[in-house]
Formats: sequence, structure tokens, C-alpha cells
Amino acid sequence: MSFLTYLINGLSLGSIYAIIALGYTMVYGIAKMLNFAHGDFIMVGCYIIFSVSAALGGNSVVGIILAVILCTLLGITTEFVAYRPLRGAASPLAVLITAIGVSYFLENVALLIFGADIKSFTSVIKWEGLSFAGGQLRIQGVTVVTIAVSVVILIALQLFINKTKQGQAMLAVAEDKGAATLMGINVNKTIMLTFAIGSSLAAVAGALLCSAYPSLSPYTGAMPGIKAFVAAVLGGIGSIPGAMIGGLVLGIVEILSKTYISSQLSDAIVFGILVVVLLVKPTGILGKVIQEKV
Amino acid sequence: MDQILQVSNLSVYYGVIKALKGISFHVNKGEIVALIGANGAGKTTTLHTLSGLIQANAGEIDYNGINLRKTPNHKIVGMGMAQVPEGRRVFAEMTVLQNLKMGAFTRSSKAEMEETLADIYKRFPRLEERKNQLAGTLSGGEQQMLAMGRALMSHPDLILMDEPSMGLSPIFVNEIFKIIEDVNKDGVTVLLVEQNAKKALSIANRAYVLETGSIVKEGDAKDLLNDEAIKKAYLGE
Repeated sequence: MSFLTYLINGLSLGSIYAIIALGYTMVYGIAKMLNFAHGDFIMVGCYIIFSVSAALGGNSVVGIILAVILCTLLGITTEFVAYRPLRGAASPLAVLITAIGVSYFLENVALLIFGADIKSFTSVIKWEGLSFAGGQLRIQGVTVVTIAVSVVILIALQLFINKTKQGQAMLAVAEDKGAATLMGINVNKTIMLTFAIGSSLAAVAGALLCSAYPSLSPYTGAMPGIKAFVAAVLGGIGSIPGAMIGGLVLGIVEILSKTYISSQLSDAIVFGILVVVLLVKPTGILGKVIQEKV
Repeated sequence: MDQILQVSNLSVYYGVIKALKGISFHVNKGEIVALIGANGAGKTTTLHTLSGLIQANAGEIDYNGINLRKTPNHKIVGMGMAQVPEGRRVFAEMTVLQNLKMGAFTRSSKAEMEETLADIYKRFPRLEERKNQLAGTLSGGEQQMLAMGRALMSHPDLILMDEPSMGLSPIFVNEIFKIIEDVNKDGVTVLLVEQNAKKALSIANRAYVLETGSIVKEGDAKDLLNDEAIKKAYLGE
């Protein structure tokens, strides 16, 4: 029974990684850049929920809605101010380093406003959860909600991309910006929409992450951000189902290795998997071989 | 005759390299105009500049009275000017049908779009047979048909075609040129860029010869076909 509990906890953590990884992978697929500040959008979302809930006396619904809206705006603004001017720069490193700069900027702004001390975050999910087999198997409310939310997001994204005009435009931009422009697609607007979706997902991931692990600091988003990046690469960066699979694998491995091997070694195991996957299948689980155009 | 496109003194520089050195040409409504020249003469640069994929450094592009240099590039296709780019550039990971629908991205009426789609399937029955297949799995000739169909989905007045015969078997080349003539007969003006000068001149009304960024000769396609210098340089005779 306890194995099942750990597995479900791993699935839940993996779902959070997956939601974050979706943002990474969509932005990479469409804008061909790694937004290393993505993890910090999570932290911003958490602080917004934390502050609004405190101001409203514990009501977190308004906080979540505001966090989603403000993170979306933050994503759009970051793309417009920091990344767009560098599109077409001589080296793709320029925008990568800028993203690291944005990450430090956000962390330090949070440090300035909220200080370095760890805040205790109140879970946004009040539900106790499920109990099976006469109380032997208990699943927390936040675990159930996290898994459910990630499934809903995955389905919604797949429907959006495959069934709507804007979603199809995203695929076209991901493949060939020039040809997409010839179709009449506004490439800048499409990239902005991608950032908006990715950042709003970061806010959702933040709410779930801090509900499951209720300690909030300016560096809360950094590690989950990096792990979600690993998840995206593991699943095949640019692939939406890949991000989902990569996230789930990573979450389950992390929890199981924490439980059965060593809690100190679990991160090493997680990153070790990345190394092995990159050696065996550099494009990731669902990644496609990219043909360099001459 | 009414001019649909008027290009004057168009210059494009890649750093210090002058890809286009102030070229001027025009296309009349209903014509097929060929732009011929060797590799690196600036043919593709010309078409990319017309569609706004490359910004010109100087000169004017007037399309139906609109200054295209001041038009955001994604709005150009909605004004009736579509391009079939060099190397087809179909969306390999999308199906044939999805590619065609992308071609109609700027059109709002679904009914009109369906009508055009039916026309295109009539013109390219092979595309209808393969509508659910990924574009990347098509042969070169089929991809060329898809790229043409995709451009036609925008219901253009002027279509720019960049090297449609490139890399195709002779049978496909003949088929593609036949289709270009048919499309033109149905009222679409064509600006055709080709290395296969003989084929291009045989279907064109007029032609321009581009050499290292400058137009060195222009005239009726029939006259150019019989021009000794052209024969020697481009027709391999």
C-alpha cells in the first residue's frame, strides 16, 4: 500500500513538473528559445496568491485568478521587452543569457519586496482527499486536484493546437516562420500568445506546487524550473505530450528514489537520468530528429 | 494595360554585399512575367523582398497602389499577393489538408474557403487523395503541388512562384508548367522566377533577365527565346 501512495505522490509531483514543462516546451517549440526565467514566473505567481490571500483573509480563489492574469502579463511583457529585440540576433546565446538575467531580476525583486525569509504558504485546496481500503490508502486533496488539473490542461492544449486556427498557426510558426508569414500569420503575435499561455500555466503550477510543498521563498521556482526543463528535454523538447511524459517520469523517479534510495541522492538520480537519455536518445522520448536545413 | 505590380529602383544589401542593385520592373494584370537568371543573380531575394520576408534598403514596391514597403509582411497575402516559395516549404509535420487550410489563414468566410478547396482538389486530384497524409511524406512533385495549392487557397490576384521546377522529374516539370498556365488562364497574374529559362520563356508573356543584382535585359518572352546572347547563356544552345 505504501508503494502505491508513493507512486501517487510521484504522479502528483510529476504533474506539476509537467505543467511547468509544457510552458518550457511550447516556448521552445515556437520561439526556439529556452526561457530560463520560466521557473521564476512560478514564484511570482505564488507570491501573488500569498499576498492576495493574506489581504483577503484566506480567500485564495481571487489570488489564483489574479496570479494567472498577472503572470500572463508578465510573460507578454518579458517577451516584448527582453526577448523580442534579440530575435534575429547573431547568436542564439544572446537571448538565453538575457533569460538568465530576467530570472535573477525577478528573484531579486522578490527578495526586495518580500525578504529572504521563508513564508508559510496556505494550501489553496481545502479538500481533505480520498481514503481507500479502510484508511490504509489515503490520497490528499491537493494530489488528486494536481493530477486532474494537469490532465485537463493537456487535453485543452491539444484541442487548442489541433482544432483552432490560432493553434494551427502556432504549429506553422514552430516549423517555418518565413512560410508562416507568407500564409498571413503574424509571427510576433503568435509568439506572444505562446508566452501568454506558458506563463499562465506557470501561475497554475505555482498554486499547485506551493499547496503541496508549502514553503515560499524568492528561489521557490528555481529548482522546479530546472527540473521541468529536464522533463521537457527528457520527453523531447518542443513536444507537448513529451513534456507531459517527461514530467511524470521525473516526478515518480524523484519520489521513489527519495523513499527507497536516499533523499540526498534523489536529485542526482533525476539529473543522472537526463544524462543517460541524452546519451542514448538525444532527441528525448518523443523528440523528432531535426534535419538541419542547408 | 493595368499594372498590378510596379517595382522601382529596388535595392537590397546583405551587409556590404549588394544583392539587388536598384532593379525596376513591372507586371501587368493577367500576364505571366518570368524573371530568369543564374544562381545567385538575386531572383529569390527579389521575391522575398516583395513578400516582406527581407527588408529593402531603397526603392519602391507598388502593388495595386499600395506601398508594400510600408505594409506589415503578414498583411500582404490578405491583399491578394501570395508566394510559392523556393524549396516548397510546406509544413512537413502537418497534413496536406492542414497545409491547405493554412493557406487560407487570412480568409474569414468558411464557405468561400471550402469552395476554393474544392477548386484546388479539382486542379490537383492527388492532393485530395492524400489530404490526411503528412506533407513531409509527399514526393517532391506532390509537395510542389501542395505549395501551389496552399498559395491558391488565399485566392490571390498575383502569385509569385520561386523555382517551381527545381528538383523535379521532367514529367512533373511539364505538369507544373501546365498548371501555371491554367492558373493564369483562370485570371491569376503570375510572376515566375526560374532557372529553367527555356520552360519559363515558353509560357511567359514577358521576361526580365537578372544578372548579379541588375536587370540586364527585358522584353517579350518570344523575342528573348530567340535572342542569341540569351540562347548562349541560359538556354544551353
